[in-house]
Amino acid sequence: MPTRPPLQPQDALCGGQADTWRQVFLRELRIGVPLCLGVALFLTAVFHDPFHLNLVYSLCIGLTIQGLIEAGRYAMAAWMARRRPNDPAAQRPWPGWRLMGPWIVLSVVLGYLFGATLAGALTDTRHLHSLMAGNLRSLAVISVVVLAVSAGTTWVFYSRAQLAATEAAAQAAQRSAAETQLKLLQSQLEPHMLFNTLANLRVLISLDPGQAQAMLDHLIAFLRATLSASRAAQHPLAAEFERVADYLALMRVRMGERLAVELDLPSELRTLPVPPLLLQPLVENAILHGLEPQVAGGRITLRARREGAQLRLTVHDSGVGLDAARPSRGTGFGLAQVRERLATLHGAQASLTLEPAAGGGTLATLTLPITT
Amino acid sequence: MTTFPCAPTALIAEDEPLLAAHLRQELGRLWPELQVVAQVGDGQAALRQALALRPQVCFLDIRMPGLSGLEAAEALAEDWPDGGGAFPLLVFVTAYDQYAVQAFERQAVDYLLKPVAVPRLADCVQRLKTRLALGAPSAQASPAAAAPATPASGAEELARAVEQLRALASSLALPGTAATSTPSAPPAPPVRLEVIQAQVGHTVHLVPIDEVIYFEAADKYVRVVTAEREHLIRTAMRELLPQLDAQRFWQVHRGTVVQVRWIERAVRDEAGRISLSLRGRPEALSVSRLYAHLFKGM
Repeated sequence: MPTRPPLQPQDALCGGQADTWRQVFLRELRIGVPLCLGVALFLTAVFHDPFHLNLVYSLCIGLTIQGLIEAGRYAMAAWMARRRPNDPAAQRPWPGWRLMGPWIVLSVVLGYLFGATLAGALTDTRHLHSLMAGNLRSLAVISVVVLAVSAGTTWVFYSRAQLAATEAAAQAAQRSAAETQLKLLQSQLEPHMLFNTLANLRVLISLDPGQAQAMLDHLIAFLRATLSASRAAQHPLAAEFERVADYLALMRVRMGERLAVELDLPSELRTLPVPPLLLQPLVENAILHGLEPQVAGGRITLRARREGAQLRLTVHDSGVGLDAARPSRGTGFGLAQVRERLATLHGAQASLTLEPAAGGGTLATLTLPITT
Repeated sequence: MTTFPCAPTALIAEDEPLLAAHLRQELGRLWPELQVVAQVGDGQAALRQALALRPQVCFLDIRMPGLSGLEAAEALAEDWPDGGGAFPLLVFVTAYDQYAVQAFERQAVDYLLKPVAVPRLADCVQRLKTRLALGAPSAQASPAAAAPATPASGAEELARAVEQLRALASSLALPGTAATSTPSAPPAPPVRLEVIQAQVGHTVHLVPIDEVIYFEAADKYVRVVTAEREHLIRTAMRELLPQLDAQRFWQVHRGTVVQVRWIERAVRDEAGRISLSLRGRPEALSVSRLYAHLFKGM
């Protein structure tokens, strides 16, 4: 039994889908057979031998060489993929010219000898082959033709595989970017939040039109920020706090006395540029998983502090704490997305930690390098 | 205070104060006779007040702190006393729980979507009035008309509610469709627990799942009971349940999950209550109404 799944020649020669061995074989033949036909015609034109003899010879020699080259290519690629499983470059069915160059020459010599012998046996013309071998001029022509055709064909295969791989990678990247965008929107425009907010707004309109207008303004600011967040790369920390304040104002209308809010942004940090809506998911988590499940509600505190060359943003909630939070309730997408954005922007210089807070509840800490 | 003896009563459980006040106000306009006997903001209070005041209608928000509306309804059905009058008619209220709404529609349970539109609420009120009137004639026909409904019709109403809640629970128990999960939550792959790790001080006891006779919820903990001893683990029952093989572990009460092969027999008393005798444990476990259907002769 093989200890690993058999190599799938996926992305081998044309786009995205994994091909079966049968498809690969047929495609090789579609290229190999017409080439051999061309070589046979060419040799017939040069040497004035009978065409059928040239055809048998060129098919035997050509297909043997092609088989050797391609088998070697897949085998070497599989070997490399197994040796370096984490290197994406090693996963392509192309082991590189440094290995393939010598292998093509070797395949040509072996394939010529074997194919010619086979063709000689098939057509009972061994004498013709030995004759040809004795003729330096024809040997040179045949060698050059065979080598050129082999190298050329391999080159065509190679560049097609390259092209397909590049296209597939671009498509995958595009897909995943669109998916992320969609999930981001979905997590920020959480339907529960939206419909509950609208329900409150509907009540306020008749009850307290002034407060209804204020709530609507917060909702508009929140929606505008959410929908345009992906477009701006950076905005001032003060703007980030305002967006969070909009969200918290909406939540305060909904939760009433159960939600207390404290925002602490020192004035010298107001203009520091930060990526937009990094705090938003943390604040949402604090409310959704920390405070909402708690009957008595609680307090959420946002702080910004400068520590040397680092900006430290903390979101503290006095909620039920990490242990009690229902893991099933979220998708973990919010945190993962914040971490991913931090890693893309600042690498190891930025971090996000989530820990039980000293006095109960949960503390989320964002650390960013200060870039001015 | 003098009220018409048959004045309908209601409980409103909604954690958002404005929405609760609004529902109450609209109900007041559409159904002036309706007396809102309690307005609460969390699931536990809803359960407590409903048991104490026995309203005829309960409006339950699904997402509430403490217990969700669905959990509160299940607990209410379990704890509703025998002969305690008609079980309340339930109306669930939600802003956006698409799976729950689908389940409500399948089970013909009444529900309201927030923001609550007045015509929809009027429909709901009409349905509630009709159903209360259906329950009432037997009460009026009987000479002792003090109770809003006879015990017989109360039991019927309860049995119907239990049936509906059981069906709701099973259609919401599918992975990824829990009432409280966000719609985008991917179905969590079921990871079967093979060993329970119970920590006592610096020692972690490993208890093979086969040896567990039953689990019992105790506040934020779960008691893990084997033939020899018992352990406490810091896992809520609702987190533990999905990790157990439902074929082997049966929930028999909202706080009790039993491994089937340790059950010796189930006995039904005159009041219809079922209790379980266990192999290897002296105590009996009681089965709640919601799970009584599990114990029927083949």
